[in-house]
Amino acid sequence: MANPVKSNYGIEIKNLYKIFGASAAAYVDHVKKGMTKTELNERYGHVLGLKNINISMPSGSIQVIMGLSGSGKSTLIRHINRLIDPTAGEVIVGGVDVVKMNKRELRDFRRHQTAMVFQKFALLPHRTVLDNTVYGLEVQGVPRAKQVDAAMHWIERVGLKGFEKRYPNQLSGGMQQRVGLARALANDAPILLMDEAYSALDPLIRMDMQSVLLDLQKEIRKTIVFITHDLDEALRLGDRIAILRDGEIIQQGTSQDIVLRPADDYIANFVKEVNRGRVIHVETVMSPLGSGGPAQAIMVPAGTKLDAAARKLMQSKQSEIVVVDSKGNSLGRLSLAQITSAMVTPAAREEQAAGIELAPVI
Amino acid sequence: MDWLSKFPNMNDEALTALKKAIDDGFRAFTRSYGDGIEEFFEPLQYFLVQCERFMTGTPWPIILLLIAAIAWFASRSWKIVLGCVATLLLIGYFGMWADTMRTISMIFVCTVLAIAIGIPIGIAMSLSNRLQSIVNPVLDIMQTMPSFVYLIPVVMLLGIGKVPGLIAVVIYAIPPIIRLTNLGIRLVDKDVLEAADAFGSSGWQRLKNVQMPLALPTIMAGINQTIMMALAMVVIASMIGVQGLGQPVLKAIANQYFTLGVFNGFAIVGIAIIFDRVSQAYGRRLQKHREVIHG
Repeated sequence: MANPVKSNYGIEIKNLYKIFGASAAAYVDHVKKGMTKTELNERYGHVLGLKNINISMPSGSIQVIMGLSGSGKSTLIRHINRLIDPTAGEVIVGGVDVVKMNKRELRDFRRHQTAMVFQKFALLPHRTVLDNTVYGLEVQGVPRAKQVDAAMHWIERVGLKGFEKRYPNQLSGGMQQRVGLARALANDAPILLMDEAYSALDPLIRMDMQSVLLDLQKEIRKTIVFITHDLDEALRLGDRIAILRDGEIIQQGTSQDIVLRPADDYIANFVKEVNRGRVIHVETVMSPLGSGGPAQAIMVPAGTKLDAAARKLMQSKQSEIVVVDSKGNSLGRLSLAQITSAMVTPAAREEQAAGIELAPVI
Repeated sequence: MDWLSKFPNMNDEALTALKKAIDDGFRAFTRSYGDGIEEFFEPLQYFLVQCERFMTGTPWPIILLLIAAIAWFASRSWKIVLGCVATLLLIGYFGMWADTMRTISMIFVCTVLAIAIGIPIGIAMSLSNRLQSIVNPVLDIMQTMPSFVYLIPVVMLLGIGKVPGLIAVVIYAIPPIIRLTNLGIRLVDKDVLEAADAFGSSGWQRLKNVQMPLALPTIMAGINQTIMMALAMVVIASMIGVQGLGQPVLKAIANQYFTLGVFNGFAIVGIAIIFDRVSQAYGRRLQKHREVIHG
């Protein structure tokens, strides 16, 4: 599916460490030998930002990095275009280690391979929407006519047609972030970095912007790194999700992995609030076809969420659905009872989670 | 116990010798390099003379129209234009037109010079903390040192005339533009700078596209302050031969001509208000995009 030209722009982060402080390099070995964040801070006055990060982000997919504030997620995304220099480790993009680039190579890399969207929009207040959108191309030295063509295309795509001559301050937050998105897309870089891009927007507009991104991604197929603190957003957008806590990755996987098999209580606690019907896919919980399936079962494509499958089943008044792939081959079957039980948070986990919350009281 | 009642100072002969040595040294420096330095400032002299010739030689209605046009393009406000014209007409009616033109031309050249020197220094200062820690105390000295004190070496080097006056005025008036350029650039939103970096801006692109435009309102405030301080120096500069509204004031002080002093004083105030209102209105117009219409 991936565009062949851009297919080798996966991102590979290997053994990445970031320590903040005057003589950070001196303490990497301490941390590698197991010194904790607290110990490093109390004894040496240095702050451990990221610890042994290893992520492989395949090209053309959306990688979400989720974590609460202070978990290091914004630090991590800034290592990909080296707005922050790592203390140790490698960031390999398209076969080249970003960490080893010199100033000129890094500038070229930022101009042509990456584009970024920011939490606080970071638009130029003295420029109109159009002049903001062309910024990346202007920096690259593209002729003005081409800049404007590309910018107008993306302004229209993000739904801001007619607003080209407005200044950012004349727009609402959601519209400003559309400008931020158009500016990043106009750059036509294979990698799109989105640092809590939607966190400053109110919930309805956030949903709307998520849809805009998912629609666009079907066509642009870029390698998108999306930072968020919102698990629902992570599950909705992420082809793959990595969860970060105190500078360490505690779980990586697809949305199905995170919801069905949380790595520890911390994640389980998050996940229990999730609307599972809107996250879990039919093929994740289906049972094998076996022999003699029901003759009149309704077909549901793989990738359908349980919620939608249940609705279809209720409307059709059948007892089972058959999951099919894009070519129409049957993959497995699913009954209403199976769907319902998958949609309910497992009892054991519910008690476990409740137990964690009650513990301090007892 | 003599040292308690009398400060144990350097002995008088040594002190006199020291002062004499410095004076002689500077005099010798003046004698050997004075001409060279004067030559160096020749273009400035030329610029000053041409500017003054234009202001005093052009028929007054044309100058009046020109100033009104500048005020209009800078402020787009009829009120300000009318104020400017009325002030100038009043000044002219009271017989101070020629002196006012000389003062305006002097202030104009001083401001251009202060901007041309001050903004690059301010930019360099904003980029380096070390430079900032060196330049700041120098600016403090320039602002607090009584201006008569640095008039002495300037006059010794260049004699009496327009150029030494100009230099004295620029020394006095340049600190605000340097300081506010530095401050304006340092206050530019870090998020926007990060965005500029993330798109691969070079240092120059960052300065040109982000730092200077966003610092511009602050820089404009610096230019405004520089103009005001230059006007405040007009009377002192007239002591070393700068012509204009300062000289009648000087004459008024020496001979106790009360009315002459007041008239010329008000003329200085009048052009100060013109400069101030016009440059501030221009500064505000530059920030039009900041008006919040939605959200």
